[in-house]
Amino acid sequence: MSQLHTVNKSPLDRHALASAIRHAVKGSAILMIEDGVYGAMQGTQKSDMVSHAMDDISFYVMGPDLEARGINEARIIDGIKVVDYSGFVALVAEHDTTQSWL
Amino acid sequence: MPETKKFLYVNRKAPYGTIYALEALEVVLIGAAFEQDVSLAFLDDGVYQLTKGQDTKAVGMKNFSPTYKALGDYDVNKIYVEQESLDARGLSLDDLLPLTWEDEDDDWAEKDSIKVISATEMAQIMEQSDIVLSF
Repeated sequence: MSQLHTVNKSPLDRHALASAIRHAVKGSAILMIEDGVYGAMQGTQKSDMVSHAMDDISFYVMGPDLEARGINEARIIDGIKVVDYSGFVALVAEHDTTQSWL
Repeated sequence: MPETKKFLYVNRKAPYGTIYALEALEVVLIGAAFEQDVSLAFLDDGVYQLTKGQDTKAVGMKNFSPTYKALGDYDVNKIYVEQESLDARGLSLDDLLPLTWEDEDDDWAEKDSIKVISATEMAQIMEQSDIVLSF
């Protein structure tokens, strides 16, 4: 079984990303969407939490949501892959189940 | 002549993910017509509202960030941004929209509207306001 977790809340406002990381098993993926994309930025209070989880979990972030919020891809934590809407669909198709962290 | 009150609009939410930021901006613009003493506070995720380079084409939403630049024309020129909130998010003043206003008492000199202040200073501004509206 492989699982995709989506997170749509800012990690500086809610604990959704922290909970997703805590509950995502090795080999699963986390996709940051909507306000969740702030979790992909370098230099925030939550950046280390994400970097430390990257050995076990693959991280993805929605490009259109980054653009909407004025976040340049150069400021994304190394190793997080930027996807578009078709990439989102592909991730859902590749994984057995999808869980939303609202 | 009614007494002028000190209004403070407190913005604590990121744009786009919820409607709070856009609603706050609309209320500020409506309220500006009533010639009160208006200040805006941006703290916590609210600082994300003022980031420059926002481009919402691909998400199909209205990019309302250019509207912040119009605030100066409505005499809304006291925009306080909390330093601690910027720091927590890896942001600095350079990442924010350059918001300015023209001072008619100083030969229409263009001045910065944004003041980056500490949480302690923010607390004082809140405490000294007559009416605080939270978004």
